Amino acid sequence: MITIIDYGIGNLRSIERAFQHVRPDVVRTDDPDLIRAADHLVLPGVGAFGACIQEVRQRGLEQPIMETVARQVPFIGICVGMQMLFESSSEQGMHTGLGLLKGSIKELRPSDPSLKIPHMGWNVVSPVKHNPLLSGLPADARCYFAHSFYASDVSPDNLVAVTDYGHPLPAIVAHNNIYGVQFHPEKSHDVGLRILANFATLA
Amino acid sequence: MSIAKRIIPCLDVDRGRVVKGIQFVNLVDAGDPLEQAHVYNSEGADELVFLDITATHEGRGIMHDVVRQTAEQIFIPLTVGGGIRTLEDMWQMLHAGADKVAVNSAAIKNPGLISECAGAFGAQCVVIAIDMKRRTEGGWEIYTHGGRRPTGIDGLEWAKEAEERGAGELLVTSMDRDGTQIGYDLELLQALDELVQLPVIASGGAGTLEHLRDALLIGRAHAVLAASMFHFKQVTINQAKQFLHNAGITVRMT
Repeated sequence: MITIIDYGIGNLRSIERAFQHVRPDVVRTDDPDLIRAADHLVLPGVGAFGACIQEVRQRGLEQPIMETVARQVPFIGICVGMQMLFESSSEQGMHTGLGLLKGSIKELRPSDPSLKIPHMGWNVVSPVKHNPLLSGLPADARCYFAHSFYASDVSPDNLVAVTDYGHPLPAIVAHNNIYGVQFHPEKSHDVGLRILANFATLA
Repeated sequence: MSIAKRIIPCLDVDRGRVVKGIQFVNLVDAGDPLEQAHVYNSEGADELVFLDITATHEGRGIMHDVVRQTAEQIFIPLTVGGGIRTLEDMWQMLHAGADKVAVNSAAIKNPGLISECAGAFGAQCVVIAIDMKRRTEGGWEIYTHGGRRPTGIDGLEWAKEAEERGAGELLVTSMDRDGTQIGYDLELLQALDELVQLPVIASGGAGTLEHLRDALLIGRAHAVLAASMFHFKQVTINQAKQFLHNAGITVRMT
């Protein structure tokens, strides 16, 4: 079962629908027991980091998430869900994240005025190392991004792909069974569906 | 390699059907929204915009269904606008499956709505739509209510204010050009590019591939919205992308 953690922020139907496109058994839930029972776990996220992580904690989901990740279940964070994997964020005050990956979330401030904020649209996801999530993707694959904050001070060991927006930003990160994508695979057409399929078939 | 300029077909939807008018009047039927969304999705459109031009309560329900069905089948971003007045209206559209919601008249009436929506759902899903007409003395004035009501508000000042209040994107329509197919208002686009940090979607006037190119290169818009030229199959999205690519513009090729 692909288990999408639904902590009440944003419409998760698109993510659910995209996963259903690649695998039939998908569930959306905030039930800690169902999270513990997941064989693939998905942490979505839109809007503000603080509101998202607070909702995850208030619903008592941090513990079941950490336990599930600890038993090596493939786990992916999407957009703000990816950002929550890191230690902290400075979006509207300081917030602590799940701390599964080293690094912190900071505001995008490109020096080039032609680079608008938010970073919104289709940008190239450039691999920096091999990873099963990238399997079968074309070299110049573009994915849909919509964000104003990014993961900084990411350990080079965890950096799988970058996207260029004034400087290279982490687009895909990974550490053992933990994955994160800054873009929206569920909105990235065939490329995004391929990435979700790659995740869904991880052993 | 850099971020791609976006090509966005816009579907004006009236009671569940796509329609198109010239300068906001003389509507003609242009097909089924879901069918068209499918075609655009497979042709390589980067996003879709649905503008609900039905004023009635009943029409609103139909629009939710159209959005829901489209979001079930299309894996590219979907923006929905038209008649969004409150946080609740926005929430309903997002829950029907829209990724972003465009707010127009209501934000002008109540500018606080912008920060309210951005705070609740994130700036990335708040698109401020602005309909502007050139003033004879220079500059642009905002019109609301589908382009029927002049407001006396300066278009550029409002664009700046929308940014400061937390909008994620601006969708700017030149009413002088809308439906005319004589090209975008390039001076307006340049003025906006110099003024705001937000991505600007150019709208109103697209008729040829050169118009798209000019809005992106000369107007420095981040995305171009077009309706008539795509609906009536004058060009396909693929042809547009190929043309822009050949003109040296970064686009997503599929």
